[in-house]
Amino acid sequence: MIAALICAFSLAIFLQFFVSYCRSILASSRKVVLSDRVREVTSIADQEVAADDFNRLLQLVRLCPERGDDQSEIRAVGTYYGLLEVLNRVSLRMAPGLSGWFEQERQNCSYFAAVALDRRISYSRDLYTQQIADRL
Amino acid sequence: MLGPLDYMLWLLGFLTEISVVVFLVYRKQAIRNFPICFYMLCDAVVTCGLYYCVQHFGFNSNTYVFFYYYTDSLLNVLMFWVIIKFYQEAFAEMGVSRYIRGAAVMLILLTAVFSYAVVHQNRTHLTSRFVVELGQNFYFIGVVLTYLLWGAILKLRETRTRLIQLVLALGVYFSANACTYALRNLFPGLEPNFLRWVPPVVGLWLPMAWVYTFAHIQEDARLEPARLMVRAR
Repeated sequence: MIAALICAFSLAIFLQFFVSYCRSILASSRKVVLSDRVREVTSIADQEVAADDFNRLLQLVRLCPERGDDQSEIRAVGTYYGLLEVLNRVSLRMAPGLSGWFEQERQNCSYFAAVALDRRISYSRDLYTQQIADRL
Repeated sequence: MLGPLDYMLWLLGFLTEISVVVFLVYRKQAIRNFPICFYMLCDAVVTCGLYYCVQHFGFNSNTYVFFYYYTDSLLNVLMFWVIIKFYQEAFAEMGVSRYIRGAAVMLILLTAVFSYAVVHQNRTHLTSRFVVELGQNFYFIGVVLTYLLWGAILKLRETRTRLIQLVLALGVYFSANACTYALRNLFPGLEPNFLRWVPPVVGLWLPMAWVYTFAHIQEDARLEPARLMVRAR
């Protein structure tokens, strides 16, 4: 009985912490202005990124060398994005009013992926510059 | 028997734990975040100890089982120290750190007395089921403490992004572990195929999330915590 209560309580708190954690990452990345370089690479016209671009941006992120310190965040936001997609589909039938909020959240996830891509591109360029400097 | 995935998770866990310490030392923040550094170092030492036990006594040996569960409980007590540090940071402006320290000492003493009482009562049948229950209780205390801290952060309108993310990552870690331990108690059959993978993965999550926070979130970065809550519109 106690184990069942602990399980239910922990699961509810886990979801709350997980969603808040993901939203804190998204809120932090929202403050970062995307560079011209990443907008050029991803064909993003302005600072707004479409909600459906997330997977495409994530594929580009995976093509870049890993920085080693952003893996868990990318996975966490990826999981959050997947959760939002499922909830969005469900809400379209049951509560259409919520779909605007889900769309906004998914858009924030895509923006986070664009920021992660920007960081990785900068990192790759730094690596390349360092290699050239070492050869000279 | 342990497979390559187990060893890979161990190695990754060890490397990420050490990377937190190295990162904090490199950024000259180790003294300020001493409880975190100390916890991660101890966790890395325990990981080495577990590897040693598996190599010398075997995965199914009593030595490994006792080492695993007792070091897990000790690490939990150390983690309470980290939580207390977060409490002190959150309540720094109120000047109540003396009371927090007092409450922390009381909490650790109570945990020790409670654990002793439980061990004393169960000494005739100190089975693996008992240690799972003890682990579950420890993690649950961690969940409650972190949840209360999160409530205080929201109430006090704490805006330091770094503190917020460190606490939230800790909350995810504790609640996932508490849930896993409770599931192990409820459904022991789930252990071999599914639940045995959760603690190492969650153990990886915490140092990775903390490294990310220390690396990417500036100390003066601010965030409104109320914005993180999901509210019906």
